[in-house]
Amino acid sequence: MHRRPRFIAFLILALLVLGLLNLPSRTASQLKSALGIFFLPLFGFAQSAQNLGEKAGLNLVPRQTLLGRIAQLEKENQMLQMQAMQGTEALRENNQLRQWMGFQKQNPWRLKLARVIGRDPANWWRALTIDLGSREGIQPNATVITADGLVGRVASVGWQQSLVIAVGDPGCLVAAVVQETRDCGILEPAATSAADNSFVDLTHLSRGSTLKPGQKVFTSGLGGIFPKGIYAGEIVDSRMADFGLYNLARVKLAVNLSQLEAVWVLMP
Amino acid sequence: MNWLNSIAVIVVTFLAVFVEVAGDLPSRWLGVRIDLLPALVVYAGLHGGLVTLSLVTVLGGLWFDSFSANPLGISVLPLAAVGFLIEKKRDLIVHDEIWVQFLLGLAASLVVPLLTLVLLVNLGREPLVNWDFLRKWITMGLGGGIMTPVLFRVFYCWERTFAYPSVSESSFRPDRQIKRGPY
Repeated sequence: MHRRPRFIAFLILALLVLGLLNLPSRTASQLKSALGIFFLPLFGFAQSAQNLGEKAGLNLVPRQTLLGRIAQLEKENQMLQMQAMQGTEALRENNQLRQWMGFQKQNPWRLKLARVIGRDPANWWRALTIDLGSREGIQPNATVITADGLVGRVASVGWQQSLVIAVGDPGCLVAAVVQETRDCGILEPAATSAADNSFVDLTHLSRGSTLKPGQKVFTSGLGGIFPKGIYAGEIVDSRMADFGLYNLARVKLAVNLSQLEAVWVLMP
Repeated sequence: MNWLNSIAVIVVTFLAVFVEVAGDLPSRWLGVRIDLLPALVVYAGLHGGLVTLSLVTVLGGLWFDSFSANPLGISVLPLAAVGFLIEKKRDLIVHDEIWVQFLLGLAASLVVPLLTLVLLVNLGREPLVNWDFLRKWITMGLGGGIMTPVLFRVFYCWERTFAYPSVSESSFRPDRQIKRGPY
C-alpha cells in the first residue's frame, strides 16, 4: 500500500512530461522563455560582477600601455576606414552592374550586437543563449556571426533572450561553397570525433572536386537561411565518402564557439 | 527533512542550473559541462520526501531544458526515474558513507544522460553523439560522482546550522539513583 503515493507521483510526472512534449513548438518556446525569466536577475548580477572585474582590471593597466593601445587602434581604425571607403565604392559599382544585368540589388546587412549569456547545459547540442529577443526584433532563423565568421542561426526567440544553434549542431546544416573551386556542399556535424568541437564536415562535394588544405569555405546562400558570402572556416583535409559517392572535407571552423562572448545578429 | 531544507534543495537546484548555463570553468578545462541535477536528485531521493523529490525533478528538468535545445520536459523523466528508484530503496542504502554517495552520484550522472538520449532518439531528434561523446559521458559521470558528496556535505552543514539542536541526554537519571547509607 505504501508504494501507491510513489506510483501516483511518478504517473503525474509522466503525464506532465507527455503534455509538455506534445505542446506546439511556439507554445513550448514561449514556456521556455517564461522559465528562463527566473534567471534574469542572476544573469544581470553575473554581468555586473564581470563588468566590475573588468573595470578593476583596467585600473591596474599602466597608462603608458593604454596610450599605446589607443594609438594602435587609431591606426587600425584609419586603415579600416580606407578599406570601407574602397568597399563602398566597390558596392556602388556592384549595385550598378547588378542593375544593368537585371539582378536583384544587394542590401547591406543590418546587425545587432548580442551578448552570449549562456551555453547549452546538455553536452549533446551546440547552442548558446543570447540576450536579445523578440523585444529587439529578433526573429527565428536569423543568422548569427562574429567578425571571425559564421556562428549559427537563431532557433527560438523569447521576449528577452534567444537560443542560437551553432554550426556543427545537427539542427544547423549550412549550404556552403569552397571559395577557390566553387564546389558546393553542406556543413554538417563532424562524423569523426574531435575533442575541441571546432571541426565540421563539408559533405556532398562532387567527386571530381580538387580540394586542398587551407581552401576557404563560405556560405553559398543556397539553403535560404544563411546569406551568401559569410566565412565559415577552412579545409583541413578531404576524402571520398560513402563508397566513393561524394567527396567529404573536414573544415576547421573560423569561430571558436567555446570562447564566444558577443555575437552579431543579422536583422531582417 | 523540514520545509527549510526542501527550500534549500530547490534553491541549490536553481543555482546549479544557472552555474551549468553561465559557468564556463569546467567546460573550458574538461570540454564537458558537469550536470549537478543527478547529484541533487540523489540527495533528494535519500533525504527528501516525495514532494521535495518531485519538485527537484520537475523544476530542475524544466529549468535545464529552458536553456537547452532539448524539447521542453525531456529531462524530467530520467531525473524522476533515478530519483524515485533511489527513494524506493533508500532504507537499504548506507547513505552517510562518502564512497556510497560517490557511487550513487556516478551511477545517476551516467544513467540520466543516457536515458535522456534514448528519449531524444525516440522522439526523432539527432543529438550530437559520436565517439568523443563516450569521453564526455564518462567525465560527466565522474564529475557528478565527485560533486555528490560535496553537495551532501553542504546540505548537512545547512541542516546543522538551521535545524533545532538535538537535546543532549545525560546518562544520569535521578530516579535510578542508588541511595546508600543508613535510612
